[in-house]
Amino acid sequence: MAAEKMALAKAINESLRRALETDPKVLIMGEDVGKLGGVFRVTDGLQKDFGESRVIDTPLAESGIVGTAIGLALRGYRPVVEIQFDGFVFPAYDQIVTQLAKMHARSLGKVKMPVVVRIPYGGGIGAVEHHSESPESLFAHVSGLKVVSPSNASDAYWMMQQAIQSDDPVIFFEPKRRYWDKGEVNAEAIPGPLHKARVVRTGTDLTLAAYGPMVKLCQEVADAAAEEGKSLEILDLRSISPLDFDAIQASVERTRRLVVVHEAPVFFGSGAEIAARITERCFYHLEAPVLRVGGYHAPYPPARLEDEYLPGLDRVLDAVDRALAY
Amino acid sequence: MTVESTAARKPRRSAGAKSTAGKRTTAKNAPNAEPELVQLLTPEGERVKSTEYDKYVVGVTPEDLRGLYRDMVLTRRFDAEATALQRQGELGLWASLLGQEAAQIGSGRALRDDDYVFPTYREHGVAWCRGVDPTNLLGMFRGVNNGGWDPNGNNFHLYTIVIGSQTLHATGYAMGITKDGADSAVIAYFGDGASSQGDVAESFTFSAVYNAPVVFFCQNNQWAISEPTEKQTRVPLYQRAQGFGFPGVRVDGNDVLACLAVTRWALERARSGEGPTLVEAYTYRMGAHTTSDDPTKYRADEEREAWEAKDPILRLRRYLEVSNHADEGFFAELETESEALGKRVREAVRAMPDPDHFAIFENVYADGHALVDEERAQFAAYQASFADAEGGK
Repeated sequence: MAAEKMALAKAINESLRRALETDPKVLIMGEDVGKLGGVFRVTDGLQKDFGESRVIDTPLAESGIVGTAIGLALRGYRPVVEIQFDGFVFPAYDQIVTQLAKMHARSLGKVKMPVVVRIPYGGGIGAVEHHSESPESLFAHVSGLKVVSPSNASDAYWMMQQAIQSDDPVIFFEPKRRYWDKGEVNAEAIPGPLHKARVVRTGTDLTLAAYGPMVKLCQEVADAAAEEGKSLEILDLRSISPLDFDAIQASVERTRRLVVVHEAPVFFGSGAEIAARITERCFYHLEAPVLRVGGYHAPYPPARLEDEYLPGLDRVLDAVDRALAY
Repeated sequence: MTVESTAARKPRRSAGAKSTAGKRTTAKNAPNAEPELVQLLTPEGERVKSTEYDKYVVGVTPEDLRGLYRDMVLTRRFDAEATALQRQGELGLWASLLGQEAAQIGSGRALRDDDYVFPTYREHGVAWCRGVDPTNLLGMFRGVNNGGWDPNGNNFHLYTIVIGSQTLHATGYAMGITKDGADSAVIAYFGDGASSQGDVAESFTFSAVYNAPVVFFCQNNQWAISEPTEKQTRVPLYQRAQGFGFPGVRVDGNDVLACLAVTRWALERARSGEGPTLVEAYTYRMGAHTTSDDPTKYRADEEREAWEAKDPILRLRRYLEVSNHADEGFFAELETESEALGKRVREAVRAMPDPDHFAIFENVYADGHALVDEERAQFAAYQASFADAEGGK
């Protein structure tokens, strides 16, 4: 497969396929990942080509999926498990936090946990309750885990390759509303480091920092702002743990203003951590406080209200205007 | 020479008989009902015949029996030393296995080297059987580490404190054995309290669906801290297996020979592709839950006294003596060895150094993490600031 345009979901599918082909220890596990190919078809065709022993339809029990994946990792396997939707990860949260995240440390480095937990996350698809949440901060808060989220097809492909190769557990948040967005994927490229941010667009007046589904929104925001003569820089953070503070700092030292955008609730969200650390690092460069745009401290609302809850073009532009007004 | 049944008369009713699941009355289905269980040695030390399980111990020699006895005595001695070390302030906490020696040694000695063990935090006897140095178990209780041995060194996983979590790890590991085409097996230890955990139910489901070679070894020691087994279940725990589609059996957990036999049977099932088995070892936690616990708040002395009469070590000693399988010299020599072990453990714990401060940041990740590096550097600078201040005086 040379350079090819494909949907983000297909890019992950191709990446999983490549991992299954190149490493016999890689396994795919989850509910409906086999015959059906997953509810979003991310694992479409993989069981057919690699068999039931490597692409495993599991019982409907998330803790069991992650708990047995830990056991398989102890046996030398590299399981990639799918949690069907963001809101269903919590039965597995105990296994992820108390076992998966800590096993390497408590074994004094003797045991490695190369487990990838794939979670389609975020809203914007008109789904029912528990199908639209963004719980990434709940995982970023836990040492021992790495947390990443691609925003485009190429990153989805390469970041999945790197997550599977990582000897640490990686929580891989997939922006489900971008599953069908197409982008160029070059399977022969040499990818950059997994945990480095990427400057999507350079600008001079303000930096927008985002990841996953919000990167595309930020591009729309920057286009709209450009029409008003404002030059916005966009950083795709890509990794939430670790966070590439050096990249954010470098950008803010140029633009002097920062707005962080994520779907997750603002309160104790990743934007809070970014604001605090960038304030420390760039205190004398900042012309305005770091502003955040995100979800509210309320349950994710019914679908007909989600446009009001989620950061949209106008809300981000409003924050941009407020930051520029200082 | 093999061990023959020496029971000339029928075992007394209280001594129990082999499991006859399926013929129970409702009253006997109560979790605390006098259990019908697999028993090969009565509390009085009489060998009971079992048509089903004798064949699993037919090769057990008097030397093997002395070995099992030695394992139990040394494990109890180690356990007593650890309790004393906690009282002396050398350990922060200790979870005693007192009373559960037969369940642990019997099952532990049934294992092959290539089998894998997933313990709770009380499997000191199983650790002993696996060859884990007892002093290595004490690091986490002293607070110098959270697991002081290489799990792959002895195929003995780290102690798991979150109740029941390890049963899923065991199941996953067993699924891996199947994928590898190996004929080894996994044993997962847990307790009566853990039987209420969702993870245990999920491990039963997964192991049944994938026919995983795992033995679920439940030590029902009657108490989950202060809660009796009736607070966990309405049916005897071994009967839970039936609903998941694999056999469950209740064994006298204070009978080392029966535990050996039943575990061998269950492991043989696992190895031959018959999938999971639940063994409920019916035993008693003679001590407190941990050194922080006070059992006088919730249970009567009489109960403990009744179980003391069924002591696992005492009954094997009686059998060894009656059958002339061990002489006074053996017991005296073991006593000396036992005291030497206590001394070795005591000295090792007292000499155990505190970890280096920077151990906080070690092994958080296998592939490193920028924030951990940054915080380690900050910590180093902070520590160094004291040295600078002292140097400046």
